[in-house]
Amino acid sequence: MNKTFARVLPRVLHALALAAFVAFALFPLFWLLKVSLTPDDLMYGEGVRLWPSRVTLDHYGAVLRHSQFPLFFRNSLIVSAATGLLATAAASAAGYAFSRFRFRGKAWVVGVMLISQMFPLIIIVAPIFRLLAPLGLTNSLTGLVVVYTAFNTPFAAFLMQSFFEAIPKDLEEAAMMDGATRFQALRHVILPLTLPGLAATGGFVFTAAWSELLFSLMLNSSAAVSTFPAGLLGFVSKFSVDFGQMMAAGVLALLPVGAFFLLIQRYLVQGLTAGAVKG
Amino acid sequence: MATITLSRVSKDYGGGPVLRGIDLEIREGEFVALMGPSGCGKSTLLRLIAGLEEPSGGQIHIDGRLVNDVAPKDRDLAMVFQSYALYPHMTVRENMSFALKQRRLPPAEITQAVEAAAVKLGLTNLLERKPKALSGGQRQRVAMGRAIVRNPKAFLFDEPLSNLDARLREQMRYEIRKLHRELGATSVYVTHDQVEAMTMADRIVALNDGAIQQVGSPQDLYDTPANLFVAGFLGSPPMNFLDATLAADGALVVEGQTLARVPPPAGLAPGATVTLGLRPERLALADPAEGVAARVDVVETTGTGQVAHLAIGAQRLKLFTMDGRRLAPGEVVGMVVPPDAPLLFDPGTGTRIA
Ligand SMILES: Nc1ncnc2c1ncn2[C@@H]1O[C@H](COP(=O)(O)OP(=O)(O)OP(=O)(O)O)[C@@H](O)[C@H]1O
Ligand SMILES: [Mg+2]
Repeated sequence: MNKTFARVLPRVLHALALAAFVAFALFPLFWLLKVSLTPDDLMYGEGVRLWPSRVTLDHYGAVLRHSQFPLFFRNSLIVSAATGLLATAAASAAGYAFSRFRFRGKAWVVGVMLISQMFPLIIIVAPIFRLLAPLGLTNSLTGLVVVYTAFNTPFAAFLMQSFFEAIPKDLEEAAMMDGATRFQALRHVILPLTLPGLAATGGFVFTAAWSELLFSLMLNSSAAVSTFPAGLLGFVSKFSVDFGQMMAAGVLALLPVGAFFLLIQRYLVQGLTAGAVKG
Repeated sequence: MATITLSRVSKDYGGGPVLRGIDLEIREGEFVALMGPSGCGKSTLLRLIAGLEEPSGGQIHIDGRLVNDVAPKDRDLAMVFQSYALYPHMTVRENMSFALKQRRLPPAEITQAVEAAAVKLGLTNLLERKPKALSGGQRQRVAMGRAIVRNPKAFLFDEPLSNLDARLREQMRYEIRKLHRELGATSVYVTHDQVEAMTMADRIVALNDGAIQQVGSPQDLYDTPANLFVAGFLGSPPMNFLDATLAADGALVVEGQTLARVPPPAGLAPGATVTLGLRPERLALADPAEGVAARVDVVETTGTGQVAHLAIGAQRLKLFTMDGRRLAPGEVVGMVVPPDAPLLFDPGTGTRIA
């Protein structure tokens, strides 16, 4: 009896700790959902309670029909998808080169890319603005894509490099002996094996672009090219904050990211542990 | 089938020479083993032939054509890697078809070639499996299969058996030899295992420290090694090396005892010190009264016979005997050296004198 207890106890504690962590991590999301469903008249009337006595979809209706949120959402989708594709493509090419080729100045390139990750971006917002304005890239989705791609590519390239490192060189050499060019070896042998890595990197970049606020706010002032994080701020007016609509918009904004991760999660689990186990 | 000719080939990765002036002619249909210790440059040499590395100097010809600047894919050589390098996302069939698909052969022809190779290697039942569902030995066979479906000009092997257990290795040695006899294709086989080199090769290329030490048939290298390196690398238990002085009458004196008498080689002053090489299996036991007196140190039983570790004064040597006599540690025995057994080496340069 005592022995069983001693064996079960650690597992129970383990499960409890996990549950506590999950609750802690998910609580804000739960609160987001709760507020988005709470009717305006109950928002402050009921005090703090876990679930309102009445729920409503009014906020969602308002956000979708009477706000510019659908536009922001579309803008975000365009910017994030384009950034995800471009940065992943550039990062794959760079990561492959880092992992497979020796070339002059490699250490310098890596060093500069590392440095670009080291300082707070707010420092360079102004210079970037000065750079982009004459090119007509402020107040434009393209401008955001350019900036996001530039700032996400270094980390993504290191990520991709580690995925390529996990693939033995022998494989592409075997393919080259089998009559493939380096590029064909890359396409037929290496690429299928890096799909998890591409998915993980793509997901990472997509999410980073999706939730970016600083540049979006600073480079774009027109609502027509606002992304949704900047757009969300519109729910804060001088006199009040429309929490219900803001939260409803937040929940809607979570959907694509959630859907995206659901789609790639099979690869992601593989991808993030790649190289951990030889196999 | 192809001839492969290397002339003054060298390679430097940037940290000093890895290969120095390699001259080698591999004949059509020949099975050549590149043999040497770890780090001597065997794989590098093979990869130069494959085109996976570029030589720093010298020329490589395949069938008379200079291939220094020819991409691996255009050399029409097949390589079997130590790691097998099977494509993990492809089935065995797809692995074996890959090269043929690259060449855009008609699908019917590919199927036929793959299935013929599968029969030859006993892979027929495994064709639809992925590599991760195969045992090490099966993977090895797939790697072989991938090479033979192509019917290439030559096969390159980089230690293909080193990941197998001893029994499987012996079997694959035999099968690779048999395949070579059937296909008759030029083969270059890298190994650090002298048994593999001895048993499989038509000719052995002994490499050390980036330079060829000797090229010849296994028996040549065994009987008349060019230097101490080759002499010590081949044979198990390895050759004994003793410090000896060569008297004017050709007597080889070790620790005050005359081991054998040889015709005095030209160019050696009487009384010169030499390194005396003696193969353990060429030595015979005798009565302590006859032969050279030696004390038994340790006895190892091998099943076919015994390896006796002997001491002559301060020097040690091994003797392999198949006569059933039981030896006991501490015992003093007589040892007889047949007159044609001694090999003499220059102790300074290591080259063989006689
Ligand atoms: N890509 C490389 N860059 C730098 N040095 C290398 C490279 N490949 C091999 N070398 C060096 O060249 C030398 C020979 O290496 P090689 O792989 O040819 O040896 P090997 O005879 O095949 O040894 P092993 O039996 O251990 O496989 C080694 O000293 C190794 O460190
Ligand atoms: Mg090697």
